[in-house]
Amino acid sequence: MSQNHLTELAVEVVKRALAAGATDAECTVAEGEEFSANVRMRELESLKEAGSRGAGVRVLVGKRTGSTSTSDLSPDGIARLVASAMELASVTNEDPHVGLPDPGEMGSISGDLGLYCKDVAGLETELKIETARRAEIAALDTDPRISNSEGASFDTHAGRHVFANSRGFCGAYRTSYCSLSAVPVAREGDSMERDYWDSLARGFAGLEQPEKVGSTAARRALRRLHPTKVATQKVPVVFEPRVARSLVGSLFDAVHGMAVYRHQSFLAGRVGERVASEKVTVIDDATIPGLFGTSPFDDEGVPSRRTVVIERGVLKSYLLNCYAARKLGLKTTGNASRGLTGNAGIGHGNFYVEKGVESPDAIIAGIRNGFYVTQTQGFGVNIVTGDYSQGASGLWIRDGELAFAVSEVTIAANLKDMFLGLDAVGSDLEFRGSVAAPTLKIGEMTVGGK
Amino acid sequence: MEFSESIFASRFNLTRQDLENYLAEALSHGGDYADLYFEYLLTSSIGIDESIVKSAAQGVSVGVGVRVLSGERTGYAYSDDLSPEKIRKAARVAAYIAAGPSKVDTINLKDGPRHDLYPVLTAPSDTAFASRVELVRRADQAARAYDPRIFQVQAVYADNLRHVLIANSDGVLTLDRQPLARLSVSVLARENDGPPQRGHSGGGGRVELSFFEEEKTPEHFAREAAREALVMLGAVEAPAGEMTVVLGPGWPGILLHEAVGHGLEADFNRKKVSAFSDRVGERVASELCTVIDDGTIRSRRGSLNIDDEGQPTRQNVLIENGILRGYLQDKLSSTLMHTAPTGSGRRESYEHMPMPRMTNTFMLAGESDPQDIIRSVPKGLYCVSFGGGQVDITNGNFVFSASESYLIEDGKVTRPIRNATLIGNGPEALKYVSMVGNDLELDEGIGVCGKEGQSVPVGVGIPTIRIDRMTVGGTA
Repeated sequence: MSQNHLTELAVEVVKRALAAGATDAECTVAEGEEFSANVRMRELESLKEAGSRGAGVRVLVGKRTGSTSTSDLSPDGIARLVASAMELASVTNEDPHVGLPDPGEMGSISGDLGLYCKDVAGLETELKIETARRAEIAALDTDPRISNSEGASFDTHAGRHVFANSRGFCGAYRTSYCSLSAVPVAREGDSMERDYWDSLARGFAGLEQPEKVGSTAARRALRRLHPTKVATQKVPVVFEPRVARSLVGSLFDAVHGMAVYRHQSFLAGRVGERVASEKVTVIDDATIPGLFGTSPFDDEGVPSRRTVVIERGVLKSYLLNCYAARKLGLKTTGNASRGLTGNAGIGHGNFYVEKGVESPDAIIAGIRNGFYVTQTQGFGVNIVTGDYSQGASGLWIRDGELAFAVSEVTIAANLKDMFLGLDAVGSDLEFRGSVAAPTLKIGEMTVGGK
Repeated sequence: MEFSESIFASRFNLTRQDLENYLAEALSHGGDYADLYFEYLLTSSIGIDESIVKSAAQGVSVGVGVRVLSGERTGYAYSDDLSPEKIRKAARVAAYIAAGPSKVDTINLKDGPRHDLYPVLTAPSDTAFASRVELVRRADQAARAYDPRIFQVQAVYADNLRHVLIANSDGVLTLDRQPLARLSVSVLARENDGPPQRGHSGGGGRVELSFFEEEKTPEHFAREAAREALVMLGAVEAPAGEMTVVLGPGWPGILLHEAVGHGLEADFNRKKVSAFSDRVGERVASELCTVIDDGTIRSRRGSLNIDDEGQPTRQNVLIENGILRGYLQDKLSSTLMHTAPTGSGRRESYEHMPMPRMTNTFMLAGESDPQDIIRSVPKGLYCVSFGGGQVDITNGNFVFSASESYLIEDGKVTRPIRNATLIGNGPEALKYVSMVGNDLELDEGIGVCGKEGQSVPVGVGIPTIRIDRMTVGGTA
């Protein structure tokens, strides 16, 4: 469907909900096309291609809500969508904090945000397969120890997103992305290790060269071979950017407005206090053109913005939708997020730690005995208490250099102490997804091993 | 159920002839095999928070996935529109993977066999919403009534009803109706304005709504969540390093899912990227260990009458008395490895290609008294509940995160400890199993397994076991 058709549909659904007795309504319509090519051991392994559409409505009947979604956009399907939502609203309770944004809060940022590249739709299948093949061959050719592979893949997605509500908001935007990844396996003697590297961009031209993706993945797999399990000890721990991202992801979970009002976060009630070392500044910015956390408006129709979350170690703001804002007596920060339907949750834009001044090499050079983490494993992060305990692998730092591979160990501490004890922030910030961080060094953690 | 009575025939007007035509279209460029996976999925969920029923949501999705296999190659396309022209288009897109003339003669679809493991008369999704709302209300009240220190309660009830139709070019047509329901409760407890602690519980299965009235009530799950949170109020720092670990029965079976289950999925072994590749017949666990993956247990969350490729599920022995016996297969891997399928081909939805997955994975009971197992440990850890787990199937390292565990001191369970991750290596960890209890339990029915971006419901189970050596990721 064209964008106009999708927009008309969203407006029509809202109108029908009001006609059915809703006092307010919100409708999301989304459409997408996906393509995926996988190559393994130099041969094409799989191709996938499809398109899909869906619509969702959330009705408010006074202070009650009901939500439905469907992939059936026929007139009958839409009629059932609205009728079911109204029925569901009758089984929920009145919630005094429910409501759409205030009129002054709604809107969209203007200008080209670089979210859609035309070239993605026109890429030839052969080119896409060949791009994946080049990445895998580069990985296999890096070293004779790269003797196997889980393959390389090239994926594209193009979509449209429309949101309308009964207070007159109606907005639409298109997005696209391409991604290229390689997963080689290194083997020597009894030791077998895999790793990956990927590149993500709004358009084909923004991707890293396939040869770079493949060879980077191969070097990462090779350096993991013949790992040691070190003795249990307390040491400084350096997170490389790829795993530092997951640490920053935990910080997002802790400033998530819904977790805050429920006291489910160790950062609840701490705005204005020092929660991290003064080297740490954390920003959420959904307005940076071309990035993966960028959008013109959030999923309640509030314009995207830049929010300073932590400024030189001091907690400045939570990330909020309208509901969490009302619960906390604050204003929305434009971070509403949801799928096709449901009460809005909270998401981030581009959520990142501002870069520091030290190069990663300089950070490592300053450590006599420590752990450089390149992978974490597990779900051992408790946002309520801040307790952090994860499986880890990486490289041991001895006398300022990366000395040998380490695996099958744990790293543990409390996030409160980890952020306060974050004593080096690297200069190597890159946006490889919607969460980004440079190299980060934590003063001390417990490494659990032999 | 007969094809003619299925929703696909009655509402979408599909005929056997249509299915045969679409399969022929999928194989029009050659290819060895094609299948169609039709899915009609109804989902609903109800949530309570702060004693207010804040959310009620329902969704409908319908679609078909068309797959073509040609040697080691797979072509896949799907459509959320079941009109003939859209299905034909998907079939042609999937056919692109093969290059050659059509090799298949006419396909005559015959009904394939299937189990009847969840003869649910009324699916929960067909009941009045009000009765489902009552479940979360009761959970909320019971958790708050348990102890005044419980100050936040969230409960979510969710169910779905999945109708599937699978037709393949081997001439087999299968249908299934797969109900699934789950109730989960999360609470926070606080003492004298101290820091809060969380507790969680939940369960369900392929059951009718009466399961939550008669077998596992909202009060059962609410009390369990509240009890866990209160225990955690007294938790001390977890130890760090290698020690003896005793796992309690039931949900700690997640150990098996991570330590051996994923590594035994045939796709990884066909490609020889698993730590278990080429090791059938070798010792990978102590002789006390027999590990089964069984998709045929009545009403269980991980059970299926047929897998998502139309094969009846089975009871598959993965490890027998410590010896690796076999892998979990799907159509593609079993064909390429020249072995029988194991009914393990699963997918998240019609948008996804099937791959080998687990169903209900558990260890058979042994002979030890669980109390004797704890008494045998001078110093160690006793783990009764876990959050999630993860594995790197290539080097075999796996983790699972303990959400409720205790110190064992001089053969007695003493103080609760804070959350800690346990880490081990798949082909090695079970060699240190020195005692297996006589108390096998399956979990309550809350497991979700993720692989390559696809989530499917699974079950796990284990008796009390003693592992002599495992690394615990605490801070003390």
